[in-house]
Amino acid sequence: MAKPKVLILKTAGINCDRETAFAFESAGADIDLVHINELVSGGRALSAYQILAISGGFTYGDDIAAGKVLANELKCKLFGELKKFTGDGKLIIGICNGFQVLVKAGLLPGNDEFRQEATLVNNDCGVFQDKWIHLKCQVSGVKCQDKCVWTKGLPEVIYLPIAHGEGKFIPKSEEVLQRLKDNGQIVFQYCDARGQLGDYPVNPNGSVDSIAGICDASGRVFGLMPHPERHLISLQHPRWTREGCKRHGDGFPIFLNAVNYFK
Amino acid sequence: MYWRIEVEYKEGVYDPFSEGLKEEIRDSGFGDVEDVRIKSVYFLIGTLSAAQAGRIGEELLIDSVIQEYSIYGEDKTPPVTPGYTAIQVLYKPGVMEPVEDSTLKGIRDLGITGVSSVRTAKKFLFKSGLSRPELLKVAEKLLYNKLIQIVLPEEEHHLHDFSGLPDYKFNLKTVELLNAGGKELTRLSSQGQLYLNLEEMKAIQAYFKKLKRNPTDCELETLAQTWSEHCGHKTFRGIIDYKERSVVKGAGERFVKKIGNKVIYNLLKSTIMKATDELKKPYCVSVFKDNSGIIKFDEKFNVCFKVETHNHPSALEPYGGANTGIGGVIRDPMGTGLGAKPILNTDVFCFGPLDAANSSLPVGALHPRRVAKGVVSGVRDYGNRMGIPTANGAVLFDERFIGNPLVYCGTVGILPKERSFKRVREGDLVVVVGGRTGRDGIHGATFSSGELTHESETVSSGAVQIGNAITEKKMLDCLLKCRDAGLYGAITDCGAGGLSSAVGEMGQGLGARVFLERVPLKYHGLTYTEIWISEAQERMVLAVSKEKAGELLGAFAKEDVEATVIGEFAKTGKLELFYQDSLVCSLDMDFLHDGGPKIAKKAFWAKPKVLARPKNKPKKDYTKELLKLLGHPNIASKEWVIRQYDHEVQGATVIKPLVGEACDGPSDACVVKPRFDSLRGLAVSNGINFKYGDLDPYWMAASCVDEALRQIVCVGGSLKQAAILDNFCWGNPDKADRLGSLVRAAFGCYDASKGFGVPFISGKDSLYNEFSVNKKTISIPGTLLISAIAVMDDVSGAVTMDLKSPESLLYIVGETFEELGGSHYFDILKFKGGVVPQVDFKKSKASMDGLSSAVAKGLVRSVHDCSEGGLAVALAEMSFAGGLGANIFLSDVPYRGRQKRDDLLLFSESNSRFIVEVQRSCQKAFERAMKRSCIGLIGCVIASKELKVFGLDGDACISESMANLKEAWQKTLRSI
Repeated sequence: MAKPKVLILKTAGINCDRETAFAFESAGADIDLVHINELVSGGRALSAYQILAISGGFTYGDDIAAGKVLANELKCKLFGELKKFTGDGKLIIGICNGFQVLVKAGLLPGNDEFRQEATLVNNDCGVFQDKWIHLKCQVSGVKCQDKCVWTKGLPEVIYLPIAHGEGKFIPKSEEVLQRLKDNGQIVFQYCDARGQLGDYPVNPNGSVDSIAGICDASGRVFGLMPHPERHLISLQHPRWTREGCKRHGDGFPIFLNAVNYFK
Repeated sequence: MYWRIEVEYKEGVYDPFSEGLKEEIRDSGFGDVEDVRIKSVYFLIGTLSAAQAGRIGEELLIDSVIQEYSIYGEDKTPPVTPGYTAIQVLYKPGVMEPVEDSTLKGIRDLGITGVSSVRTAKKFLFKSGLSRPELLKVAEKLLYNKLIQIVLPEEEHHLHDFSGLPDYKFNLKTVELLNAGGKELTRLSSQGQLYLNLEEMKAIQAYFKKLKRNPTDCELETLAQTWSEHCGHKTFRGIIDYKERSVVKGAGERFVKKIGNKVIYNLLKSTIMKATDELKKPYCVSVFKDNSGIIKFDEKFNVCFKVETHNHPSALEPYGGANTGIGGVIRDPMGTGLGAKPILNTDVFCFGPLDAANSSLPVGALHPRRVAKGVVSGVRDYGNRMGIPTANGAVLFDERFIGNPLVYCGTVGILPKERSFKRVREGDLVVVVGGRTGRDGIHGATFSSGELTHESETVSSGAVQIGNAITEKKMLDCLLKCRDAGLYGAITDCGAGGLSSAVGEMGQGLGARVFLERVPLKYHGLTYTEIWISEAQERMVLAVSKEKAGELLGAFAKEDVEATVIGEFAKTGKLELFYQDSLVCSLDMDFLHDGGPKIAKKAFWAKPKVLARPKNKPKKDYTKELLKLLGHPNIASKEWVIRQYDHEVQGATVIKPLVGEACDGPSDACVVKPRFDSLRGLAVSNGINFKYGDLDPYWMAASCVDEALRQIVCVGGSLKQAAILDNFCWGNPDKADRLGSLVRAAFGCYDASKGFGVPFISGKDSLYNEFSVNKKTISIPGTLLISAIAVMDDVSGAVTMDLKSPESLLYIVGETFEELGGSHYFDILKFKGGVVPQVDFKKSKASMDGLSSAVAKGLVRSVHDCSEGGLAVALAEMSFAGGLGANIFLSDVPYRGRQKRDDLLLFSESNSRFIVEVQRSCQKAFERAMKRSCIGLIGCVIASKELKVFGLDGDACISESMANLKEAWQKTLRSI
C-alpha cells in the first residue's frame, strides 16, 4: 500500500506541528500541514487523509480553557467530517493541547454525539511544568491488552517529557472511569521508573488514577498529555550524556504503529 | 446591552489558584483566610437573546465536568454568597483584553452573530475576618495592578467606557516653537514627555526656522522617538570626555588596566564594533546592522541572535512588561533579513531580595517577590505560547534592583542564507501586519530614556502594555510562508517608537508616504499622532512590490491575520504622513536620522579604595560556609523558574538547562540541534556578574566574556565559530561616575573580544536605570550581560557537568588567585572589597581551546566551570548532579595567592577555571591535550555519596553528604 497520508492540523497557537510532522515522516508517512480554515472552507478534504494529528501548543491562546476554542470549532464546523473520519476506521492522535482538544470536543473517551465526558484541568501544583516522566502502558484490569493501535508492542514502562499547565485528567463520573477501565481505554498512567503508581511528583499533575493518555472504544482515536514527538532520538533524552544512545527514542514506535496500521 | 455570565468551579472541585492565593495572603502577613472562591466573569456586549447567552455559557464558557455558570441581564446585580465579601477586578478601558478575540471567535463558531465585544473580570469571594478595606489592600498587593486594572463594586463595571469612546475629529496641531526661548523649549520637551535636551530642541527649532513654519505635534514626536536614547543610542554614539584616576596596580592584582584620559567620539565604534571589525571573522554575515546579528550556521542556513531589555515597563507592571519584553525580542529575529524562525529564548532577571521587608521598600516600588512572580509568569506565558524553547538564563538578586529590576530576554533565530538581507525598492508598498493599533505603549521609547520615579506609574501608565502571543504566533506562521514564497522585499518590527521608527528606518535611504487613517485600530478615537507613535504589540512592517501585494494580502487573510497597505516608499527623501488627505508630517529623512546634535557628556572613573581582605580568622572547617553559599539566592537552584518554561518544544534541545542523574543539576549552557536532518547545533550561554563592577567595570566585562565562553566550552562547544552580544544596563549616563564605569566596561569588552578572538555581533543598551523617591536616588549597579552563541559541528559530542563514574580523575584547569573581590564568599561575610577577578586572555583562550579539543577527542566525562562560589560550589554541584561523591586535595590546586588559606582556595572566583572529570584510561591523552595550560590533578570521583575536601594541612576542611548539599542548594528558591 502507498504511504498513509497524515494531516497535521494548523491553527493559531499550534506549535508542535513541525516535530510531529517529522515524527510521522520518519515513520514513513506522507504529511501535509493544513490550516483549519482550509478544511472549514472546503478547500481541502479531511477524507483525503488516513491520519489526523492535532499536535501540542496553545490553540487560540488556551483562552477560556486549554483547547476549548478549537474543540468548539471542531464540533461546530467539522462534526460531520470527523464523524465520517472515525467511522471509516481512520486514526486520530491528539498530543498535549491536541489531547485537551479531543477530550473537550467529546472525541475522547468518545460517544456518538461527541458529548464531553472527561476533562483536563489545571495541574494541582498550579503552574506549568516541563519535565520527564515515566509511563506505564495499557494497564488497569485490561480485557484486551492491545486495545490502542497506537501503542501496540510498547515496553511496560516508557519515558517521555511533559510540558503543560492543564494536564490533570478528570472523568465526568465514576461510571465513565469504570467504563474506561473495563474497555481497556486507559493507555498510559504516570508511574515511577519501576512502573509503580504514586502521588506527586510521580503523578505530576494530580490526574485521577494517574491517567496520562486514553483511547476511544475502537482504539483508533488516541490522546495523551506527554510528548512522544520529543523523544524520537536518543539525543533528546535528558540523560544521554550519562546513559548513552539507543537506536530510537521511546516515542518513535507510537508513530511507527500508526503508519504500519495501514500497511 | 450586555449579559453577564459568571463561571465558577462546582462544589468540591479542587482549585489550585484559590489554594495558592490563600497561602499568598497568609505569607504576605494579612492573616488567615478561611475560603477564597474565584469566578471568571464575561460581559457579552451586543444584541442577543437570553437563550443565546445561555448557549454561549453552556457550550463555550464552561467546562461542564468541573464548572457551572450563572447568567445576569444588564439590570441584575449578582448576589453575593452570604458570609463572603466580593472583590471584582476589571481591565481599565483601552487596555488590551487578552481573551476577547478568541471568545468572539468561539461565539461566531456557535453561529451567534450579535456579540460585538467581550470584556472580562475576575471576581474573588473571600470568607475571612478581614474587612472590605483590608481586602482591598490584599487585592492591591496580590490581585491586580492599578495601572491596567481597577477594582469595582459588584454593581459597577464602567462598560459604557469600553464601547462608547468618542470619535476622533481631525484637528491639526502645531507647536509654537519658532519664537520660543531656551526656557520655553525645555518646558515643551518635558511637558510633551519628549525627553529631548535643550541642544536637541534648538536643533529642531533651527530646522523649522529654515522651513519658516512651526512643527506639528506629530513631527515633534517623530523626532523625539527617533532621537531617543532607546532608539538612537546617543550616549554610545555621542562624544564622551573620559577621565580616570588612581588606576594603579593594587596589592594582589595581576594586571593594571589604564585607559587614560581621552575624548571618545563614538564609544560603540571605538570599542565593541571596533573589535568585530578588526577580527574580520568570515562567519559574520551581518553585524550591528539589522534587528539582530547574523552568523553562518551551515552551507544552507544562517542563525541570528538578539538580546533586549524591558526594565522600566517590568518595574511598573511586571507581568505585562516582561510579557511584551519577550514578545518584542522575538520580533527581532523575525524582522532580521527577510525573517528568521525563532528557535530559542534566553532570559536573565535581576530582582531585589525576595525577603525584603515591606517597610524597607521605597514609595512606588513593588515588592521584589511580586516583581519576580510577575516577570517569571509574563515571560512564561508568552514564550511558551510562541512555541519557542527557553533553555538558558539566570536569576540574580541585589538590593539595588528594588524599584528597578532588570529583565533581559533573548531570541535566536534561523534563516535560509539567501534570505539574510532586505531591500526596500522605490514604489514598494508599506504594509502593516499582525495586531491592531491602540493607545497602548504611547511614549515607551522616550519613557525608557528617563529615570523612574515614584510618580512614573501615573505619568507613564500609557507605556505599560499586555501582549497577545497568539497574534504574534499567527503572524509568524504567515510571515515564514510569505518569506519562502518571496512575497516581500524587506521587513522590520514595530518596537519602541511603533510605526514611527519602523517606517522611518525602512524608508531612511528613500522616503516614505503613509496614510494614517488606513492603519487598522483596536477602537476609534485615536489621534493621527497616537496612531503613528503607538507601541501596540505584535505588529510588523513589510515592503511589498505592487505586483506581489495581492498574493501577500490573500495569504494573510487565509489565516485570519490582518495585513493592510498603509502607504508607499517613494524617492522623495522625505517622511510624509497624511491623515484624511491633510499633510500632518513632512520631515527630511536626512534631518530625521542625522540631524540630531552629537551629545557631549563627561565621564569619570576612580578606582575605589577598598580593603584587600576581611578580618575573619582561618578556620578548620568550611562546610557551613559551603552550605550557605549553595543556598545563596544567586547560586541556589532555579528549577522553580526553569520548569515553568517549555525548554523542549521544537524537539531540538539536546542539552537541557537541568542535567544529571535526577535531571536537576545546573547545566552550564544549553545545546540545540535546530535541523532535523543534521547533527550540527548551537551552544548558548550567558555571563553576568554585576558585583565585580563595583570594584572595576573593566574586569567585570572581561569576566562576563570569560564566563560566557567557558560555559560554551563546558558543553563541548568551542571558540572556533562563536559570537557574543553585549547588553549594558546602567544608571543615568548624564552623571559622570555612571558613564565613567560604562566606558571602562566597554573597553573591557573590546579587549576580551580581541583576546578571545570572538566578535560581538549585536548589542543593546538600557540606560537611566535609576529609581528616585523624593530626592533620594537608587541606581542599579552597572550590569553587563554577555550572551554567547557557538556553532557545534556535531552535538553528539556534547558533555554535561554531572559526575559520571566512580574512580574517574578530577582535574582543575587554570590557576587560582586570591581574587575574592565581589565574590559570593565575601558577600556572605558581608565584606565589600578584595581583589576583583581578572583575566589573562591568552592563557584563558589556550585553556579553552585545549579543553575543546580534549572534549572533541572524547577524553572528558564531565566538565563544569568555577564561577559564583568558586571551586567548592562547582565541585558540590558536579557531585550532587551526578549522584557521586568526590575526594579533593586542595594542596594539588595550582594556587598563586599571597596567603595560603583553605577558604581563599575554596571560594576564590578567579576566572578561566574548569573542573574536569577524566577516566583513568584517558589520563595521559588528556594531559597531552592540555599541555599548554596549567592543570592540577586534584582528586577523584568516589561511589560513596559524600564530598570530602582535604585542606592545605591535609585534614578535611569540607565533609558533607550529597543529600545535604543538594538540599541546601534547592531549598532557597523551591518556590517563590
